[in-house]
Amino acid sequence: MTKSLDPRNVTWMALSMALVMLPHVERLPLWISLLAVLVVGWRLYVAWQGMSLPKKWLLLLLVAAASAGIYLSFGTLFGRDSGVALLVVMLTLKLLEMASLRDAMIVIFLSYFGILTEFLYSQTIPTALLMLVGVWVVTATMIGLQWRGGAIRYQDSLRLSLQMLAQATPLMLVLFLLFPRVQGPLWGLPRDAYAGITGLSDSMSPGTLSQLTLSDAVAFRVQFQGAMPKPTQLYWRGPVLWYFDGMSWHMGISFESGAPSYSPGAEAFSYTVTLEPHDKRWLFALDLPAKLAPNSRFTNDFQMLSITPVRQRMRYEMTSHTSYRLGYEGLTSFERRRALQLPEGYNWRARALAQNMRRAARDETDMVDRVLGMFRTQQFFYTLTPPLLGEHPIDEFLFTTRSGFCEHYASAFVFLMRAAGIPARVVTGYQGGELNPVGNYMIVRQSEAHAWAEVWLEDKGWLRVDPTAAVSPLRVESGIAAAIPATDPLPLLIRGDIEWLRQLRFTWDSLANTWNQWVLGYNPERQFWLLSRVGLDRATWQTLATILVATTTLITLMFAFAMLRRLSRRTRDPVAKAYRKFCRKLARRGAPRAPSEGPADYAVRAAAQLPHAAAAIKAISERYIKLRYGRPRGGESVRELKRLVAELKV
Amino acid sequence: MNLPSADFLTQMTQPIDRVLAQVNRIILGKDHQIRLALSCLLAGGHLLIEDIPGVGKTTLAHALATTLGLNFQRIQFTSDLLPADIIGVSVYDREEASFKFHPGPIFTQVLLADEVNRATPKTQSALLEAMEERQVTTEGETRPLPEPFFVIATQNPSHQVGTFPLPESQLDRFLMRIQLGYPGPDAERALLQGSSRRDLLNRLEPCTGPAELASLRDGVTRVHAAPALIDYLQALIQHTRASTEFAGGLSPRAGLALLHAARAWALMDGRSEVLPEDVQAVIPGVVGHRLHAAGQHGRINGVDVAARLIAAVAIP
Repeated sequence: MTKSLDPRNVTWMALSMALVMLPHVERLPLWISLLAVLVVGWRLYVAWQGMSLPKKWLLLLLVAAASAGIYLSFGTLFGRDSGVALLVVMLTLKLLEMASLRDAMIVIFLSYFGILTEFLYSQTIPTALLMLVGVWVVTATMIGLQWRGGAIRYQDSLRLSLQMLAQATPLMLVLFLLFPRVQGPLWGLPRDAYAGITGLSDSMSPGTLSQLTLSDAVAFRVQFQGAMPKPTQLYWRGPVLWYFDGMSWHMGISFESGAPSYSPGAEAFSYTVTLEPHDKRWLFALDLPAKLAPNSRFTNDFQMLSITPVRQRMRYEMTSHTSYRLGYEGLTSFERRRALQLPEGYNWRARALAQNMRRAARDETDMVDRVLGMFRTQQFFYTLTPPLLGEHPIDEFLFTTRSGFCEHYASAFVFLMRAAGIPARVVTGYQGGELNPVGNYMIVRQSEAHAWAEVWLEDKGWLRVDPTAAVSPLRVESGIAAAIPATDPLPLLIRGDIEWLRQLRFTWDSLANTWNQWVLGYNPERQFWLLSRVGLDRATWQTLATILVATTTLITLMFAFAMLRRLSRRTRDPVAKAYRKFCRKLARRGAPRAPSEGPADYAVRAAAQLPHAAAAIKAISERYIKLRYGRPRGGESVRELKRLVAELKV
Repeated sequence: MNLPSADFLTQMTQPIDRVLAQVNRIILGKDHQIRLALSCLLAGGHLLIEDIPGVGKTTLAHALATTLGLNFQRIQFTSDLLPADIIGVSVYDREEASFKFHPGPIFTQVLLADEVNRATPKTQSALLEAMEERQVTTEGETRPLPEPFFVIATQNPSHQVGTFPLPESQLDRFLMRIQLGYPGPDAERALLQGSSRRDLLNRLEPCTGPAELASLRDGVTRVHAAPALIDYLQALIQHTRASTEFAGGLSPRAGLALLHAARAWALMDGRSEVLPEDVQAVIPGVVGHRLHAAGQHGRINGVDVAARLIAAVAIP
């Protein structure tokens, strides 16, 4: 095919390609975006000026240079980010050697693939909509390329493309619902796909959690079966931190030896957690979980750890007891040593304070109350933007700055306990959660990240103590938005003071949740559940495949039938049908009728070309003209025309 | 509906053939253009003849008017021509002590507007208004124009010096625009050897009269257009609107014009029904000045546009 491409089509291709790449721009190095713009501009210039495409050696040079550039920028040619960058560069460079319709079709298919890569980064509803727009425009571009008979107006190609997508929708739904599913993803994403996901980590230093509070990303959603716990019971347990180096807290060694037994109270809550991917192993559950989620283990301090990092959305059923007695049998000497560990040489004043208080206190319980009382009665402030702390952070916090976020209070509390000889540890996780009245489920966001403390008391075991609650009872009872001063920076979405925004947010989140559960989380279980609802119990993949093939065939046949009907409406006229037969007969003898040739003109021309049949041609044409264009009359019969056409010998 | 008989057709075609034969003696080798011009007048439309000076535009107009036996006025359009020069003026009559209207040259059956694009837009629009309304209003009084009333306008191609091109809205008032073009070598030779056209014109006798012309025009409206032909017309119109080849599609008025002209053409061919060929024959005249090829700098020849349109639409 040597027909050169219409500049208008080239412009369309450039446009759809821009649409495909636009979402990637913010993630790509600047030079790649610039290169893409430059190459597209070059191609457009070439197309509109009617110049020739660049030479092969120049293209090879460009490809080599761009590949080298990507290698230098990313340090590799593999992986998600560099792979996408490579695709974007090659896709734009392909434009420069696009000379024929075949090349253009390759670019079209690559564009479809380019749209797909957006899924590697985000799978939300807006992304899906954006991609749909991309598919729409790329399809319209393809229609423009394949259009025969002059150029097509952009409104028409867009409308046609929309029509085609609409026709494809039933097929898409059938394939989505019925295609046999496999558990888990078909393939894993490269490692670099999980960079930049926010969430709790295995260490805590001043500022860690208050940073997290600035994110309104959803950590997980919870659907309660039956009663819901009170706000003050909503402690979602995450990483437990033992080791303090004077500045920050770490997990230290964790033992995945299984959970120690505990005696639960009467109250139990059942719920389903849908956890967003966070690339760590923690599975969050209310204090304390009564059972394990699938494919996970307990550590001996009741962290629930998944076997593999959570890299895709995960659903698990959970039961928790909010009142319990844990570890009252006693501590091992190793545990005690870990729970009393403090770095030497730091925070002298805090140590002294703890020792003085311990001497004044009647027992350990009284000691806990005294420290909490100190936070409550003295001038301590709860703020998201505490002043920076120096070499002795606990000292400075307790005696100088006196304002901090939950990590400051938890950290200072555990420090004071340990200094007073009481075993204690820091527990991080989430506190609270927002009930979405639209979908009747609870949203827990990164902004609800929290740190609290556990102390071990003789005969009572591990007790949860939340020093933040002493400073700011509102934080635990009403959530983070109520507890933070209005001047502190907090994401707009977390603030609850704009009513319509709140409503909108709830509706949107409910929609997103449904999307997550039913579209992204459509797994074999969901599929079988759905099929059992329509009476297909225990459907094997063979039955699924049979239904799939049958339905797609049915839908295709329905569309084909509708199209055929529309076509045949024109062919039903017996006069036109007879004439077409006549034209076909003449065409076989080398006198085909041009589509725009009138019957009288054709008769003259055909008779001249086929002189031996001239009389018959004339007779048939005259009858046809009378029947088709003349006044309706009784005399001329269609049968006569048909007979003449049938008898025509050429 | 009373069916047209063979009688009817001979009744119609005989005077037409006479007219054609006579005009063909004056304008040599332009049979197709003369047929187009006559079909335009039979369809009751105004005619615009566009070509360079000296190819016989005025002669054609004059010959047509005389042959059809209609009275004839000619206005040479110039840049200082005023509307009153066309329509007429009221002059104070001292004896009767009142204003008396002196009708302008427009009160005629055939008006030859020579070089219509040399007049100012104001004067052009005075003419074109009269064309559409078939009446003239001056000083609060409406005066009907004679029946029949035809305007045959000639114009030079607008890229020539000293012209005011007619706007598209006014071009639309002409049913057809035809181009004469240079004569063929044989016709040219005959022209050079023959007697002067002016003498011939002066000696010209009318072949028909207003009454017969009226019945011819009535005959045109009785030519049958079958549903299949309307399908074809619609396909043509739809194509001009949907395709990017043309800047703006044909208007409903243009569609009607196409049908009327095709009917007249069919009648001239001696048929009482319209064929797709009839539509194709009048397309260059009817569509050429209404349709412009998109994305082309400068106007493309009307005949080329028509040829493209015909080739692009299949006859259903």
